[in-house]
Amino acid sequence: MADPHHTSSAGEWESHGGESRLRQVLEAGHFAVTAELNAPDSADPKDVYANLTELGDVCDGINATDGSGANCHMSSVACCALMARAGYEPVLQMGCRDRNRIAIQGDLLGAAALGVRNVLCLTGDDVSAGDQPEARRVFDFDALHLLRTAQIMRDQGVLLSGRKLTTPPEFFLGAAANPFVPPQDLRHLRLAKKIEAGAQFIQTQYCYDVPVFEAFMRRARDMGLHEKVYLLVGVGPLRSERAAEFMRSRVPGVHIPDAVVDRLAKTPRKGKREEGIRICVEIIEAVKQIEGVHGVHIMAYRQEEAVPEIVERAGILREKPKG
Amino acid sequence: MPGSEWFKNRPRLLEGVYAGSKAALQLLYPLLKRVLPAGFTERVFVWSEEVSKGYLFNCQMCGQCILHSTGMTCPMNCPKNLRNGPCGGVRQNGHCEVIPEMPCVWVQAWRRDAQMGRYGGEIQLLQPPVNRALQNSSAWLNLLEGIDAQQPTGWSAIDLE
Ligand code: SF4
Repeated sequence: MADPHHTSSAGEWESHGGESRLRQVLEAGHFAVTAELNAPDSADPKDVYANLTELGDVCDGINATDGSGANCHMSSVACCALMARAGYEPVLQMGCRDRNRIAIQGDLLGAAALGVRNVLCLTGDDVSAGDQPEARRVFDFDALHLLRTAQIMRDQGVLLSGRKLTTPPEFFLGAAANPFVPPQDLRHLRLAKKIEAGAQFIQTQYCYDVPVFEAFMRRARDMGLHEKVYLLVGVGPLRSERAAEFMRSRVPGVHIPDAVVDRLAKTPRKGKREEGIRICVEIIEAVKQIEGVHGVHIMAYRQEEAVPEIVERAGILREKPKG
Repeated sequence: MPGSEWFKNRPRLLEGVYAGSKAALQLLYPLLKRVLPAGFTERVFVWSEEVSKGYLFNCQMCGQCILHSTGMTCPMNCPKNLRNGPCGGVRQNGHCEVIPEMPCVWVQAWRRDAQMGRYGGEIQLLQPPVNRALQNSSAWLNLLEGIDAQQPTGWSAIDLE
């Protein structure tokens, strides 16, 4: 077979064989590292690859966001296809805000054909969070419908209508969890529901509040959920107290305790970036000790260059098998 | 219309009313169906649901009522139309990501479900996608006719395992 990552001279894509490498890493019991790629506002593939050099060497998977914050960027399917083509392990983020069930199923098939094996199924930020709030919100599905539908396509080999697929997609299915917003005492129950709907891995919202996360994990463990799903904790470096204020007031679902903001505010200007990275490293070290945590998901918005440093300093760098 | 909050915060009372109405309608429906013209029955049902459920639950007439499985709180008031909420955007004060002055309907739903007896705990069921073709039809009629329980072929396939 031809190299799956390259097009043949006729311009045809060879089908991308093989399983999710992220899944293999997790199944082997390694502490996984994934990171978020910021989809460019560009039509040039080079702008996708530009940030990848920083992330590729230290990550087991790279998420392409799907119009995150309801702002338009290059589509997540396209970003993932470009990543797969270059030999990276993409994680396709797919939300329900912009497409109805017909488009969702079509995009899932297309993404699989282009080499995507990991899908993170999301509800999605509302249109009101972005710079085109006058757009129509779709939300034909919720995240659990999306998860279950992808699972049906994979395991039953049919579309939701029952129509048969010639070749079903092979997916490693993920979902998000946000233990940090109300109702905090019940968030583990929604996690359970997502697992029931087909989630095999979880990437959480930014964790800046370790005690709240610990309480969530305790409840999840009491239900045995930590044995049913691979859980990656979302982390990220804050550049300054102003960035923190912006995130917690403007980005939906982000909770940052005052103590973290104060710590950055008290740091002299020159040291803020370093302090943000130190906080991030401390959080990774703390959550790594919690039973049921299988990795971290680093979201370093416009600080991709910090990711290798964070991984190294947190002591979670491994030799990556070359893909 | 004011006043419905009082009812909404008494989910046990509302679930009792729901169960009673369901039993009564199931008993009466075969008779109604025989004596009343079909179009008329439908108009009466739609109208009375718009008025009563509109007042009590701000019903959006989705046509497949799952109120009793969602703490007697209408999930279609969620701006994201979630049937398996809440999403991850809930604010620290428990309010909606989209409408900051509105308490998240899904936070309310989970709290109220915990207070309910008969249907309490049903909020943990995985709800199927909404059949958008039933918008503006009568949820009671769809229930009595079994229409609201119909699911896409692919969706039901997985439950047969
Ligand atoms: S019929 Fe649909 S919209 Fe109306 S109260 Fe029930 S769930 Fe809400």
